[in-house]
Amino acid sequence: MARLPGLGPRSARRAVLHLMAKRGMLLMPLAEAMAEVARTARDCLNCGNIGTADICPICADEARANGLLCVVEDVADLWAMERSGVFKGRYHVLGGTLSALDGVGPDDLRIPQLARRIEAEAISEIILALGATIDGQTTAHYIADQLEGRVALSSLAQGVPVGGELDYLDDGTITAALNARKRM
Amino acid sequence: MYLSSLTLSHFRSHRLVRLSVDARPVAIFGPNGAGKTNLIEAVSLFSPGRGLRRAAAAEMARRPESLGWKVTGILHGTTTHEIAFSSEGGAARQVEVDGKVASQVGLGRIARVVWLIPAMDRLWIEGAEGRRRFLDRAVLSLYPDHAQAVLDYEKAMRERNRLLKEQVRDPHWYAALEAQMARSGAAIHANRLAAVDRLTEAQREAETAFPVAELDLTQTEGEMPGSEAGLREALAESRFRDIAAGRTLVGPHRADLHGVFAAKGVPAAECSTGEQKALLISLILANARALAQDESQPPLVLLDEVAAHLDANRRAALYDEICALGAQAWMTGTERSLFDGLGGRAQALEVTEEAGESRVSTVALNP
Ligand SMILES: Nc1ncnc2c1ncn2[C@@H]1O[C@H](COP(=O)(O)OP(=O)(O)O)[C@@H](O)[C@H]1O
Ligand SMILES: [Mg+2]
Ligand SMILES: [Zn+2]
Repeated sequence: MARLPGLGPRSARRAVLHLMAKRGMLLMPLAEAMAEVARTARDCLNCGNIGTADICPICADEARANGLLCVVEDVADLWAMERSGVFKGRYHVLGGTLSALDGVGPDDLRIPQLARRIEAEAISEIILALGATIDGQTTAHYIADQLEGRVALSSLAQGVPVGGELDYLDDGTITAALNARKRM
Repeated sequence: MYLSSLTLSHFRSHRLVRLSVDARPVAIFGPNGAGKTNLIEAVSLFSPGRGLRRAAAAEMARRPESLGWKVTGILHGTTTHEIAFSSEGGAARQVEVDGKVASQVGLGRIARVVWLIPAMDRLWIEGAEGRRRFLDRAVLSLYPDHAQAVLDYEKAMRERNRLLKEQVRDPHWYAALEAQMARSGAAIHANRLAAVDRLTEAQREAETAFPVAELDLTQTEGEMPGSEAGLREALAESRFRDIAAGRTLVGPHRADLHGVFAAKGVPAAECSTGEQKALLISLILANARALAQDESQPPLVLLDEVAAHLDANRRAALYDEICALGAQAWMTGTERSLFDGLGGRAQALEVTEEAGESRVSTVALNP
């Protein structure tokens, strides 16, 4: 437990002791639920979202095929966008950002799949919702460079703090950044 | 801008020092190795970066304990802040402003510190890197946003250099990084040009005993494109050459600062040791004057062993100019008598060392 992000040894100990004290009420149902998730969890083959089927509920929902595609770094960002509830289109989860120093190249991200989705899903606009870090902006630039002329491209408006990830933003900020997105 | 209190805990040779000072200059004297430079190094931390020795946080921890260290001060500028720096167990330095963790870039918006140290004595005759760093410190004090531009540029360049070393050929990847480098690089270049102008102007306007240094921003090799688009193009054109070299050959990281002793028309590198030092003092004073004008308050000024190279007349002139500026200048020297001309216009600290521990006491200067 202590190896989980956000949990230090002390909070991990407290959580474990709590689970042990409530074995029937908490530990068993949690253990069963986790076993179930471990068996069924997978990345959506289309967008990279995490779900329990090959195609995630968002990709399976025809109502969300409105021609808009929002590109995010990771699933936490997708969830942050979903929490705000303003975006009605589909997502594409890259699984990170380009960084030669960290050994992450275009082939390690879902960039080729992104290009294929433009025709397959009749995408009219791609919204790049990547962090304002150098790696995030380099990735945005890279994608824009590759897809230029094939689809309209936009990026989230400023207001996203430098080095900030979507997951840290409140819903209002995300809504404002989406509504004021800029054409690239 | 001045510090009213400064506390050093387990910082280099200082175990625990609590100082109360006022806005006047601070004369620090004591024998070699007593801990004078260590003291003003602590003050240099108030400026973004690694301080005047450019040391890692771990090096600053008092030996032999090497547990960690903390420096706290109350800084009075347009606003007053308690600023704390600390490092534990060799970890990177942490900055807190009024109890909240702050970034280096944020710190740069609050505190302005300029300095001259003996290591700069050979600045004009050694490599371009030292002159670039000297200039960037001035730029940073005048334009705090320079820090972010430099961080962005260096990060993007490290990424690009890795592509070059691994001989990656993907042109889109290069283009994406070069776009970032061009944006931050053009900002860096513009800031430096503006700072050179500002320093030149501040020297011309001042009544000073120190010689005017004529400055020119140059490149160690080739040309620096004047615009973002130009830099982007130059980087793209340079890819083949850069792959062969394994690093980026064009850009503001290859800038140099050319100085000329204006009155004689002699390049700084060919001036006498004393003249070279005088030119640096002239620039530091100009920097402080420019800040006093633009920000309506002078920066903290750190002058390590500055009196050593100056004859009595020049020394008196330096003290007069610092007092006229109203800067809290932290100056070190080995003898109390080096500060004789200051009298009541400054406060003084005597630093001694006993069994590897520095002692600092408040004393009076000779009248
Ligand atoms: N991390 C450290 N822990 C303890 N002592 C240190 C540390 N770093 C430097 N020193 C000691 O500080 C002394 C130098 O102090 P310094 O401030 O440079 O002297 P000066 O008064 O001549 O300017 C040296 O004796 C050196 O060994
Ligand atoms: Mg010294
Ligand atoms: Zn999906």
